[in-house]
Amino acid sequence: MSHIAFTFDPDWMSTLTAPFMANAFLAGLCIALAAGVMGYFTIARHSTFASHALAHIGLPGATGAILIGLPVSVGMGVFALGGALVIGALGKKASQREIATGTVLAFATGMGLFFARLSSSASQQMQSILFGSILTITTGQIIGFAIFDIVLLAVLALIYRPLLFSSLDEQVAQAKGVPVGLMNIAFMAIMAGVITIAVPAVGTLLIFALVITPAATANIIAGSPFKAMVIASVICLISIWGGLVLSAMFPAPPSFIIVTISTLFWAIAKAVGAQTRR
Amino acid sequence: MHDGNGSTDGQEPQAAIVFKDACVKRGGHVIWRHGTFSIPSGSVTAIVGTNGAGKTTMMKAELGLIDTAEGSITVLGKPAGAMNQHIGYVPQSYAVDIESNLTAEQSVLLGLTGTRFGIRPVTRAQREKTRKAMEFVGLLDKASYRLSELSGGLRQRAAIAQALVSDPQLLMLDEPLANLDLASQRATVHVLAKLNRELGMTIQVVAHDLNMLLPILTGAVYLLDGHPHYARMNEVLDSELLTHLYGTTVQVVTTPQGDMFVTPSDDEPENIFVDAHDPQEVARFHQHIEKGQHA
Repeated sequence: MSHIAFTFDPDWMSTLTAPFMANAFLAGLCIALAAGVMGYFTIARHSTFASHALAHIGLPGATGAILIGLPVSVGMGVFALGGALVIGALGKKASQREIATGTVLAFATGMGLFFARLSSSASQQMQSILFGSILTITTGQIIGFAIFDIVLLAVLALIYRPLLFSSLDEQVAQAKGVPVGLMNIAFMAIMAGVITIAVPAVGTLLIFALVITPAATANIIAGSPFKAMVIASVICLISIWGGLVLSAMFPAPPSFIIVTISTLFWAIAKAVGAQTRR
Repeated sequence: MHDGNGSTDGQEPQAAIVFKDACVKRGGHVIWRHGTFSIPSGSVTAIVGTNGAGKTTMMKAELGLIDTAEGSITVLGKPAGAMNQHIGYVPQSYAVDIESNLTAEQSVLLGLTGTRFGIRPVTRAQREKTRKAMEFVGLLDKASYRLSELSGGLRQRAAIAQALVSDPQLLMLDEPLANLDLASQRATVHVLAKLNRELGMTIQVVAHDLNMLLPILTGAVYLLDGHPHYARMNEVLDSELLTHLYGTTVQVVTTPQGDMFVTPSDDEPENIFVDAHDPQEVARFHQHIEKGQHA
């Protein structure tokens, strides 16, 4: 007997004011800031697929961490960072190697599944790692997110122009004395951090729509890198907060609505952009 | 060979690039070796050779991005790489696959600010320099266009403007004419001619097809049999050498106007007078020759 109940919940305001919701809104703010800013560079550096892969490389870390009794974010972060440093050390071109990236992605996902099967608790958490669990974010995690955001903004303020220069044309930047290898490793390392904090919101499978899609939308709208980063963060925030509000009103998981809003923004910007360019 | 070195009165102008028995290896095998020559300041030089002869490698060695295995390369009086802030570099197929929203102006500005760490607001002087560089290459009216919206020729000019904005003494361009239509090739050559003439800039160009560049070239580095050689233009324009160089039959044609063309001969018609250029094209080339007396 499958009865699909898709009904409006008149009690949604009380859901929204629950304490776990306050945490979710705060987490959304931290995630939106990090994802919006780094999404721009990910696209400029042609590393979107590599960033998607990082989330999957983090998966065995996450399930493995549960297996040995560590927090999910720690395992996720360590594996994503390890993967990021390897990709970063191989150079900017390596992050564009789709076949190698895809192969590692698939293998990592398989390994994540294997670790999950080894313990029942990991098995239970598998779904929330894959598809997100923004409603269960703890205060401790939010503090971690906020610290990460501050570090991210500080580092970016320092390397902003050289990173942008090397994203535009690595050869010219290198000839002019920009340490392109260092830029690449710094970028990938920060990216691993962004992935680690964004996974709780939408999960490893849907991360692309949260980190890349808003930045792609902003790229169509905005005329400068800085504006694009601001707009991407705003779109990210609207997607996450909108997802939280709508999921309180209707029986749909927040991740689904977050990804839907983000995708709608992109589709509209694409359509309008194509129209005006004609 | 027989031209009097009239303008310099025997005093050698300071060499921009000096090779001393230079050798470059990649992956254990020699790309080229025994390069010994010096290229004068204020010259316009082409680097020519067949595919895989190491033309781009030579430019990278001069920029210090690839180390010499033997010998030395001196650029602007210092070892290769040490004077890079005084060198403008335009790589092959600049920003062809650009995905970011950078405008032409923003990308040119990065030529000034892109190496600086920390938060530094863009100064009025930097903006002014950026505009001047764009004006020089004729891109000012496209300043607010995105790089991704520009044609190959205009993007090439944006790349040149980015290289120019930091007032280099030496400009290096890797295949700047590849993938451009004839009009864009002409426009690019015109910009190079202006830079050399008005600012006295030393220019080095990796090129496949010398025809477009002939009017402004003062010499060429040719990569032949694994060795780089340098020669002034009248010495390079020798059918036998060029044929050897390109590995295919090449003829030098002197037109009544005195222009010279390096023309790969067509392989089907055997006994036909080589005429690869129609008269309109010849007229265009001819406009570019200002003095024509260096040969």
